[in-house]
Amino acid sequence: MATQHSRSAARLMMAPAVFLLLVWMLVPLSLTLIFSFKKFLPLRGDQIESGWDWVTFFPSLDWVGFANYSRFVTSSSFWPAVSTTLLIVGGVLIITVCLGILLAILLDQPMWGQGVVRILVIAPFFVMPTVSALVWKNMFLDPNNGLFSHLWRAFGAEPISFLSEAAMPSIILIVSWQWLPFATLILLTAIQSLDSEQLEAAEMDGAPVLKRFWFIVLPHLSRAITIVILIQTIFLLAIFAEIFVTTGGAFGTRTLSYLIFQRVLESQNVGLGSAGGVYAIILANIVALLLMRVVGKNLDA
Amino acid sequence: MGRIVLEKVTKSFGATEVIPPLDLTIEDGEFTVFVGPSGCGKSTLLRLIAGLEDVSSGQISIDGQDATIVPPAKRGLAMVFQSYALYPHMSVRKNIAFPLRMAKLDQAEIDKRVASAASVLNLSDYLDRRPGQLSGGQRQRVAIGRAIVREPAAFLFDEPLSNLDAALRVGMRLEISELHERLKTTMIYVTHDQVEAMTMADKIVVLRAGNIEQVGSPLELYHTPRNQFVAGFIGSPKMNFIAGDEAAKHGAASIGIRPEHITVSDDGGPWSGVVSVSEHLGSDTFFHIHDTGLADTITVRADGEVGFRHGDRVHLTPRDDVIHRFDRNGLRIA
Ligand SMILES: Nc1ncnc2c1ncn2[C@@H]1O[C@H](COP(=O)(O)OP(=O)(O)O)[C@@H](O)[C@H]1O
Ligand SMILES: [Mg+2]
Repeated sequence: MATQHSRSAARLMMAPAVFLLLVWMLVPLSLTLIFSFKKFLPLRGDQIESGWDWVTFFPSLDWVGFANYSRFVTSSSFWPAVSTTLLIVGGVLIITVCLGILLAILLDQPMWGQGVVRILVIAPFFVMPTVSALVWKNMFLDPNNGLFSHLWRAFGAEPISFLSEAAMPSIILIVSWQWLPFATLILLTAIQSLDSEQLEAAEMDGAPVLKRFWFIVLPHLSRAITIVILIQTIFLLAIFAEIFVTTGGAFGTRTLSYLIFQRVLESQNVGLGSAGGVYAIILANIVALLLMRVVGKNLDA
Repeated sequence: MGRIVLEKVTKSFGATEVIPPLDLTIEDGEFTVFVGPSGCGKSTLLRLIAGLEDVSSGQISIDGQDATIVPPAKRGLAMVFQSYALYPHMSVRKNIAFPLRMAKLDQAEIDKRVASAASVLNLSDYLDRRPGQLSGGQRQRVAIGRAIVREPAAFLFDEPLSNLDAALRVGMRLEISELHERLKTTMIYVTHDQVEAMTMADKIVVLRAGNIEQVGSPLELYHTPRNQFVAGFIGSPKMNFIAGDEAAKHGAASIGIRPEHITVSDDGGPWSGVVSVSEHLGSDTFFHIHDTGLADTITVRADGEVGFRHGDRVHLTPRDDVIHRFDRNGLRIA
């Protein structure tokens, strides 16, 4: 495989895929960058008459420098959106990792009907986010007929309108329900790879159950936990459907991606939305870098 | 201290009985080896003593105290596992210190004991490494270190050398024997290798299918095996078994003669045969002899200088005073 000939053949055959991937990523990224420096309000008629730009295949637009950027950050919705995003990501991570470890340990115990239980636990992951959010909204969190309302009444409490009065916890609950299977699955495979003799050795060394968990099981899981955190963060930073379907960004649930959506589609300001998109990319990279620093060292151990 | 007594101990996994009722006493300070073929229940028996498995019935007592339902940590025993079972994310120092930390000893005492164990086991230079950065023999030593710092009543070893290469195995065998000489603590050692059993044990327990076939010192087992199974299992190369007329002459259903108790020559002897394979070890030569009319193959151990080749016809002279006689059930006839 290492001759000059086979290497150039390999390159030639990989070229279309690499090219496609580049175009796939570069075109939207460059368009976002270009738009973020332009005044682009598609519903305003005056913009359509201004000619055609052959670089972007769009009507020629006026350059506005960093105006979109400064407007996006100075908007009163910007910092709340950032903190909402981080709160959802953080909340979901804590819930899914903790419950995931617990469930993984439970599922690892020999029990009757293990196969079926495992499939049931994985099931939420196969439900589309839109559908699951709708199911939660109508079946569980509905203030009149939702199961939660019935539960509240069963205890004699007055059911609240969960999605407006406790909007953030509700969203975090919905998203955690969706991602718990992923975390559980990864952690379960990790737990299954733990050598049982290590646990027995620790038992003989005088470590009771909780200490065995702390000193043996948890360190063994650290790599899997890292992977769960990294992958989930990447996806959670961009969650959208769950918010769109339930609160529509109201009641303090407007995340950064939802804010961008509102700027582009509701206010029809593509330039401003694109600037928001660039901020989102920067935020994602900062979070990813931080995570890599904090937990990423587990990966090369 | 470390006198371990098993009384009518049994163990079943579901419907399969792995250990039928078994009685055994291990004296304080004794080096006891459980030996037997794979799957005969050696590990199970050791794990019963350790408390990692519950007995199905019977009683285990340690130093006169009933330990049958005492949890493993409270039995005061330390175990060395076949896979070493080191904690991969802890340094060697932390591995060895782990049982002491669990026992909540103060840091100065922990440091002192770890340092002394490390110097005994030649691990002082590796204390800050992770187990993954050590060789097989060093990992084995860390596992032993983790066991000795606890100063247990007895050590349990489950085939500790089977993952090492042959040369290292001989070295570690010696180190463990020396450790026993120095500590004088009870040790129970499980192996399927009869050479390890013979070289290390004060007392060998031969197991077959969970049953104790014989208990005794290495030389007792070698000289007076109680039955054909023990006779065939102890000693290398294996004892030759001869049935039929030749055995009838000795008044037995079957006789056994060890390879080292047969002389091979080219002139005269009661038996004769053709050399099939000769294995030259330098010090000794093993001849595998066919066409004797006694058994498929007769193995003979001769001096390294004896130079018969494949196809040579040779004569064999057994030493009559060391012929083992067995009855129809394979039991020794005294
Ligand atoms: N946890 C278990 N469940 C069922 N059967 C087992 C279990 N552990 C051991 N056995 C059976 O018990 C027998 C003895 O096993 P073991 O003690 O490991 O043998 P050895 O160590 O002598 O090779 C084997 O036949 C094995 O299949
Ligand atoms: Mg075994």
